[in-house]
Amino acid sequence: MSQTMQLGRRFFLTTAAAAGGGLSLGWSLPEAAAQSTAGAELSIWAVIQPDDTTIVRIARSEMGQGTLTGLAQLVADELDADWRFVKAEYVAPEVNLANKRAWGDMSTGGSRGIRTSVEYVRKGGAVARAMLIEAAAAKWSVPATECSAALSVVTHTPTGRRLRYGELAAEAAKLTPPTEVKVKTPAEWKLIGRGVKRLDTADKLSGKTVYAIDVQLPNMVNAAIAQCPVFGGKLKSFDATKIAGMPGVHKVVQLDDSTIAVVADKWYQAKTALAALPVVWDEGPNASVDSAQIDALLKAGLDAKEAALGNKQGDFDAAFASAAKKVEAVYGTQFQNHATLEPMTCTAKWDDGKIEIWVGSQNGDASLAAAAEAAGVKLEAVKVHKHHLGGGFGRRGQQDYVRQAVTIAKQMPGRPVKLIWSREEDMQHGFYRPITQCRLTAGMDAQGNVTALRARLSGQSILAYLAPQRMVNGVDPVAFQGWNKEEFGYTAIPNVLIDHAVRNTHVPVGFWRGVNTNQNALFMECFIDEVAHAAGKDPLEFRRALMTKNPKQLAVMNAAAEKAGWGMPLPKGVFRGIAQNTGFGSFTAAVAEVSVSPKGELKIHRMVCASDCGYVVNPEQVAMQVEGSFVYGLSSVLFSKITIDKGRVMQGNFDDYQVMRLVEMPKVETVLVPSGGFWGGVGEPTIAVAGPAVLNAIFAATGKRIRALPLGSNDLGST
Amino acid sequence: MLKLNINGKALDIDADPTTPLLWVLREWVGLTGTKYGCGIAQCGACTVHVDGVATRSCSLPAGSVGAAKITTIEGLSPDGLSHPVQVAWAQHDVPQCGYCQSGQIMAAAALLKEKPRPTETDVAETITNICRCGTYQRIKAAIDTAAALTAASPASGKV
Repeated sequence: MSQTMQLGRRFFLTTAAAAGGGLSLGWSLPEAAAQSTAGAELSIWAVIQPDDTTIVRIARSEMGQGTLTGLAQLVADELDADWRFVKAEYVAPEVNLANKRAWGDMSTGGSRGIRTSVEYVRKGGAVARAMLIEAAAAKWSVPATECSAALSVVTHTPTGRRLRYGELAAEAAKLTPPTEVKVKTPAEWKLIGRGVKRLDTADKLSGKTVYAIDVQLPNMVNAAIAQCPVFGGKLKSFDATKIAGMPGVHKVVQLDDSTIAVVADKWYQAKTALAALPVVWDEGPNASVDSAQIDALLKAGLDAKEAALGNKQGDFDAAFASAAKKVEAVYGTQFQNHATLEPMTCTAKWDDGKIEIWVGSQNGDASLAAAAEAAGVKLEAVKVHKHHLGGGFGRRGQQDYVRQAVTIAKQMPGRPVKLIWSREEDMQHGFYRPITQCRLTAGMDAQGNVTALRARLSGQSILAYLAPQRMVNGVDPVAFQGWNKEEFGYTAIPNVLIDHAVRNTHVPVGFWRGVNTNQNALFMECFIDEVAHAAGKDPLEFRRALMTKNPKQLAVMNAAAEKAGWGMPLPKGVFRGIAQNTGFGSFTAAVAEVSVSPKGELKIHRMVCASDCGYVVNPEQVAMQVEGSFVYGLSSVLFSKITIDKGRVMQGNFDDYQVMRLVEMPKVETVLVPSGGFWGGVGEPTIAVAGPAVLNAIFAATGKRIRALPLGSNDLGST
Repeated sequence: MLKLNINGKALDIDADPTTPLLWVLREWVGLTGTKYGCGIAQCGACTVHVDGVATRSCSLPAGSVGAAKITTIEGLSPDGLSHPVQVAWAQHDVPQCGYCQSGQIMAAAALLKEKPRPTETDVAETITNICRCGTYQRIKAAIDTAAALTAASPASGKV
């Protein structure tokens, strides 16, 4: 990333001449318009340099999901830029702030990066293109309508004269941006839909990418941190004198009533000293809580009278009472940690009433606000250097580590302080995927048609913990993701009742890649498989009958089944399972092929995933997200769990929080069936179908239903 | 005072010999391409070569390395892109967040040095590094490509 990433438009324009000339082009955004500044140019999405280098500004954060490349494709397509010249750079949050948030929302989560900014970034590209054409037309004294643009060149069609964007940029920048531009129709797209390579790969192969943990600054010190192991507990006492003489140690800093840090020259010294620091914790009222108690709390919720309503059609009770055949099952999932491979880290420098931070964050604006709050300064006194994230998955939407770094830095004026969490700290102080149980009940008529379906969730609410103001009359809408009216795939079932008994624990919870579709799709898709089995029907045929009112979802499921060869013979010992889901604005389905040895060893041979995300910006990126989401999803279904004893997390590292590795990786085939007309999410939707497809295949192979997840020590053996 | 040979350079480093090599590389030498992920040799993000052998540097006291030659991701190829593994990785666009990739690349490069045409089992047994983004499928494909590139141009595979 170039240094210009930190420059705002005004700053850029004032320095552009010295830098050899350049063009900053923008578009006023809906937010800006709402602030009665309609038509004013407040934003910039593209910068063109004399050598044709085209820098696209990116407001969202790159954490592996490819948004940096995808967003650049959107702008560059409308700009008719030659992709070879395109680079990307982050917009600095303080520049966004100073320009009335002209670049819009910086938060990166919920698979929204592209789908919620697609309109304004494309318009930004289109405005730029129009200005370049106008500049060329003026130079040639011809009507702009006689000019066309392609591959970073404007051509005067009648005479064949050509000017490169780099030659036009300086003049174009002086023009008034048009207020109305037309973006291309899908038929006109040249870059959207192409599987171009990522823009951020080269530095990730050479070790040059500077993640936040890699920041090196003059005079920098490092901090290691410890928080009370029991959530809600407090720091009682510590004895800093015991580590005073240890190598490199500067200071012990108490951050708040439950957090302490050691600052040293090097992080390894800080960590070593922290381990030697005598600390006494007041573990508080949660010190006796364990997973068995939490399980019992949730189990009681399954039977509770009161619950928040999520989805309802028809009259479940009446239909179920008269059902000829009934099926019931209870499923459960445990807490999950994000376990980003780069642990939480942030560098902060407090200097003369100003705070500067270096961070990998899923929300640059929120990091800025958190730093200001922690430092006790105005927003304008904060500068944020955004770095690529070493994994996010929802964890880096929280700003706890930013506040901590700033709080420590205030104790070390003038010196940059790099805070790094140890893996153990990261494992034990997360915002976990909520623990959830679900009882599902179905009633069928004599012919095996499902007449009634009920799902009762019991478990923790993310919004109740993180954003109670977003609860709607006691309902956490996030808990029903995948089951909301516009998402639920089985609307042909006449009587449906879905509700949620909110059962909160003392364990912090948060957004986690694909939450809550992970749990919900697993519950529903495994259960529908159970119902199909009880009805004596093929799982695919059975689902088709329930999805007649959901044609897009049905088409995606059929695409997965067809590619997988559903119904065709398999090698001996290999069995299939299927699952489908709708979430984050996209339709998904998967078929898994597995075998289970007599000893119970599972092997996943092949997985086919179909996805309809409306328009596909980059098919290669979508395939990567499918493959990656399957690994993340299957890790939680097969291996990992966070459990609680004595009020604290029992897992500490990757030895007891097992995740999927290469040896377990099945062959993943992605089938894209984009139906157009909408922009759906990509990073998360497909995660939901991986687990249930595999679990249903395990049932086909063994006759065993795995309902308490993760699979872990469940015995699949037949000997 | 530690004496280490890192990426072909003999260095005197003022670090306690019990300090893990990972932190000596990152904090004393300033080579941050090698990553911290777990500190207990589980995840492989810290993989470097010690005399050509893939080694998890987070659990190796720097003082135990002696005169052995240490190669980090920064020293794998002169331009950071031309080792067959890096070429193959670029071809398959392997990295997502990229944080584990230094370690994955170093592990793959060492494997190919020992077994120029690794079987699927060799790869599965040797590449045990964790990738939370889930790039394993592309890592497997890229190792196959790198093996083919090395076979086609044996000299380029030498580190």
